[in-house]
Amino acid sequence: MSTRLSSGGRLVNRGKAVEFTFNGRRLKGYEGDTLASALLAGGQMMVGRSFKYHRPRGLVASGAEEPNALVNLGEGGRFEPNQRATTTELFDGLTCTSQNHWPSLEFDIGAINNKLARVLPAGFYYKTFMAPRAAWKYLFEPIVRHSAGLGRAPKDRDADRYEHFYAFVDVVVIGGGIAGLQAAKAAGAGGAKVLLMEQTPHWGGRAPVDGGEVGGMAAGDHVTTLVNDLKAMPNVTMRTRMMGAGVYDHGYVLGYERVRDHAPDTPGPRHRLWRIRAGRIVTATGAIERPLSFAGNDVPGVMLASAMRDYLVDYGVSPGDRTVVVTNNDDAYRTAIALKHAGLEVPVVLDARAAGGGALAEEARGLGIRVATGKGIAKVKGGKRVTGVSICLQEGEGAALEEIKCDAVAMSGGWSPVVHLWSHCGGKLIWDDMQAHFRPDADRPPLGADGAGFVIAAGAGNGAMDLRAILADATGAGTAAAQETGHAGGETPVPEVAAQPEAAMMPVWLMPQGAGPDLRMKAWLDYQNDVKVSDVMLAAQEGYESVEHTKRYTTLGMATDQGKLSNINGLATLASQLNAPIPSVGTTTFRPPYTPISMGAIAGEARAEVFQPLRRTPIHDWHEAQGAHFEPVGQWRRPYCFPRGGESHAEAVRREIDQTRGSLGILDASTLGKIIVTGPDAPKFMDMLYTNMMSSLKPGKCRYGLMCNENGFLMDDGVVARLDEETFLVHTTTGGAEHIHGHMEEWLQTEWWDWKVYTANVTEQFVQIGVVGPNARKLLDKLGGMDVSKEAMAFMEWKDGTLGGFDARVFRISFSGELSFEIAVAASVGRAFWDTLLEAGEEFGITPYGTEALHVMRAEKGFIMIGDETDGTVIPQDLGLGWAISKKKEDYLGKRAQTRPHMADPERWKLVGLETLDGSVIPDGAYAVAGGHNANGQRSTQGRVTSTYHSPTLGRGIAMALVHRGPDRMGEVIEIAKLDGSTVSAKIVSPVFYDPEGEKQNV
Amino acid sequence: MSEAVSALNAATASGVATVEEVGLRGMITLRGDLSGKAVAAAVKAAVGAGVPDVRRIVQGDQGAAAWMSPDELLLLTGYDRAAEAVAAAQDAMGTAHGLVVNVSDARAGFRVSGGGAREVLGKLSPVDFSAEAFGAGQFRRSRLAQVPAAIWANENGSLEVICFRSVAQYVFDLLRVSGETGGEVGFYRA
Repeated sequence: MSTRLSSGGRLVNRGKAVEFTFNGRRLKGYEGDTLASALLAGGQMMVGRSFKYHRPRGLVASGAEEPNALVNLGEGGRFEPNQRATTTELFDGLTCTSQNHWPSLEFDIGAINNKLARVLPAGFYYKTFMAPRAAWKYLFEPIVRHSAGLGRAPKDRDADRYEHFYAFVDVVVIGGGIAGLQAAKAAGAGGAKVLLMEQTPHWGGRAPVDGGEVGGMAAGDHVTTLVNDLKAMPNVTMRTRMMGAGVYDHGYVLGYERVRDHAPDTPGPRHRLWRIRAGRIVTATGAIERPLSFAGNDVPGVMLASAMRDYLVDYGVSPGDRTVVVTNNDDAYRTAIALKHAGLEVPVVLDARAAGGGALAEEARGLGIRVATGKGIAKVKGGKRVTGVSICLQEGEGAALEEIKCDAVAMSGGWSPVVHLWSHCGGKLIWDDMQAHFRPDADRPPLGADGAGFVIAAGAGNGAMDLRAILADATGAGTAAAQETGHAGGETPVPEVAAQPEAAMMPVWLMPQGAGPDLRMKAWLDYQNDVKVSDVMLAAQEGYESVEHTKRYTTLGMATDQGKLSNINGLATLASQLNAPIPSVGTTTFRPPYTPISMGAIAGEARAEVFQPLRRTPIHDWHEAQGAHFEPVGQWRRPYCFPRGGESHAEAVRREIDQTRGSLGILDASTLGKIIVTGPDAPKFMDMLYTNMMSSLKPGKCRYGLMCNENGFLMDDGVVARLDEETFLVHTTTGGAEHIHGHMEEWLQTEWWDWKVYTANVTEQFVQIGVVGPNARKLLDKLGGMDVSKEAMAFMEWKDGTLGGFDARVFRISFSGELSFEIAVAASVGRAFWDTLLEAGEEFGITPYGTEALHVMRAEKGFIMIGDETDGTVIPQDLGLGWAISKKKEDYLGKRAQTRPHMADPERWKLVGLETLDGSVIPDGAYAVAGGHNANGQRSTQGRVTSTYHSPTLGRGIAMALVHRGPDRMGEVIEIAKLDGSTVSAKIVSPVFYDPEGEKQNV
Repeated sequence: MSEAVSALNAATASGVATVEEVGLRGMITLRGDLSGKAVAAAVKAAVGAGVPDVRRIVQGDQGAAAWMSPDELLLLTGYDRAAEAVAAAQDAMGTAHGLVVNVSDARAGFRVSGGGAREVLGKLSPVDFSAEAFGAGQFRRSRLAQVPAAIWANENGSLEVICFRSVAQYVFDLLRVSGETGGEVGFYRA
């Protein structure tokens, strides 16, 4: 049993108990515990089931590298799966459950997979699910989906908020261990602006646990001194609970700050994603201990030696009463010594090295600990908990020399520097034979825009493995970072460190080295994804020589821990099977983030009311107050219709149209784009932008125009007003304003940079209101201030003046076919003007209408709508708009493209009107069917419906469609497919259904 | 004519910083050759200021001039004298090629003040808002979360934001949420 010792634990406050539950069981920890240390203290060594074989799994590590202890954390809006117990700070009321088992952690049906392990080797999925093809969709995929994934997906809306923060510093130091602290101090003393981040809540990393002597004091005390020094430096910012998640080009770093994970009920954001620009990045990321590959190394109770020491020293938790230590290096002796000092039993240290260890081994012997050299573990006994080990010769094949009862095993296979952040942006690694690990190659760092390296590795993260080397390396890194960012301030001395000579480690990739198949298939490399030594060997046998291919074939390193424990052991296993040196096999690619970060942090503040910008006209509040039904148009919300009483939307639209055509309607058209184009070359520019002639437009007049892209496709339309000789006001579609403005600027800035033209987007300067219907002029006359008679203002003219005391620009244009004015006033008085119109229009039954009435009325008139009649593949010629294409102009954007054979092909689908014979409304987006079938066995088509409405004016369904040779087939009846598979007969007619002579608008 | 109203009618919020809609203000887009005499004369005539350097805002006796792009300035003045300032600028430009247009109603403005002002904006805009990098007179055209914005620093330490009028509510909400108590970052030292 793991348990809490009666004393010890430098990070826990025994004065303050904290309650939590695990799988519904109430447990108690202390303030300062991690969930992992509290679970261990409560005797809960087994914390989950593995992904594939559902084997019982216990805590292995004490930090970010933990592969097994993943829990479903929290409930409801705070539920989150796959949370690592080792990096979860305990708080009062924490609830969590273990993952990947059914019906319970103790008894799991899925564990049957463990018995089937022989038939579930690497590549099982690829080999099994190939045939028959149909079985994938109906049989295999549902099963795989059911069994895939460790945690459950959250179902409720996230209860928390998140945010970003942009920071700019000279030097970022990632890692607050003794190396990071020292590097920050050196960089800060140099005068650089420094940001130091540490992923845990504590400074000092492993130093306080691992001990040693710096400057005549204990390493832990030296850490305290360093922290105090740094706190006193005004140019150094220190953050705990903040992980360096990723390093990107140009010194860009993502810092993931877990602001309130440890105190979820306090106000503020839960996570903050720091988006940092730094001149230099120092990665003082430390090192991670490697497991040893022996049979049964995944049985709960087998832990990394360093993790066991952490639980003991930091939290006062013992993982077991009798711990066997197995190692290939000196560091694990520290664990044996610490256990012994804590009054726990260490029956034996198994040292795989024939020559054994150095001074630490002697110290252990001195404490009466038995040390067996040249020995290893043949097999761990036990299922849900270690019960003993059988000992063998490391050089042998695993014959048991002796069995020792124990309830925990501490293993150490050496240390691997955390090179992830160094590697994210292209930093290269070098293989260190002495330490048997990859470390950053200082000669090949990630390069910045100036060709210089912008990441500097420091300390254990750089392969410096003893305290003296670590502090020297970190001092150098911090000083270099300051100097390279132009800060050559004070020198920082390297503190005196008492020597700690250690004997060389010996690489051990398999224990014992001659282990046979039975042992190899119980020797785990990747705990979370259930990859064993035998799987990697099989992959090599089957021809997977590339480490990247082996990774994907076996899933080694593909779990949520991304192989922090397994990668080096896995590729060493691959190398030995391929008889290749390890550096030539290489590593897989390290990609951000270092450990998973929350989706909320990535989204930042973008949730609820600020999820997306919602654009509002100055009349928006009025629309809302009327209960308008809105539709999105770009980021605007425009009223679709204004239902009154119990009206349906269709009824409201009908009433709005009837009232507009019968008397007077009013439309908030403020969203239409308005762009000023001015300059001596503006007429020439306008002629290039539009297909028709704009330079001939007279000041005071308006003209409808079409805009195409350089491929000839229609992209926008609208009315242009010429304000003076050099100035045009371009109206664009609602969704097109920003895009068209950008389009203009692009041509002016890249192609026609020598033309004297300036543009300005003034869309939001004005509220623009359509006053539409036979009584429109009467309303304006009633307001008074300017003459809007037919004589004073003809169709397609505009004038500045005043209306009812408002400065206004009045355009006499019509998109409905009725007598119609569009009136622009300053946005700040827009609402007042709208109210004035409503009040004055009361006697005419003035009726606000929405976008649907607008659409129906324009369709009755056969006017096209960008986005309905066009979809990016339609040219003006398809739409019968040849009249708006100048034949005289030498060029306009799209002209040459429109002469391509396919564009000029008479067989193209072209715009016509459709009238159903039975008067019904054709479904939206329907196809006109032709005889026969195409190569895919689908019915052949001869056209498609682009707009379809019920016309209240005509009392029947009307539609516009692009039909094969449509205009040549007037009067022909074609069949249009309906959703139920049947068809409806429709006659091809002119798209202008209403008032083809234009008499209504010309009054 | 009815009284003009700004987008949010002087809404306010307070948390780690105080956010206020500043209300109506005269704003003029001026485009032209910023190194030429005509533009200098126009800026002088409109707001009594000199032509600002890159990413700067300069005060004049009738308002201020801010650098928007290599060929664009934003002139700030009283709302009621915007038309007058436009006319004065156009006059001063003479026949030189340029564009002067009143955009007073197209924008909304906010003032963010108090100890957390720089932090609040630092959550939304990829700009170095430290006092060293962004002192009084500094001006940036950038973005606030998902929308374009211009930001400058006043003499009294407050920061000022201009955005498009249609997204005034969004920007106000952004500033309010980012300034909620409990969200203090503590990165900028006083």
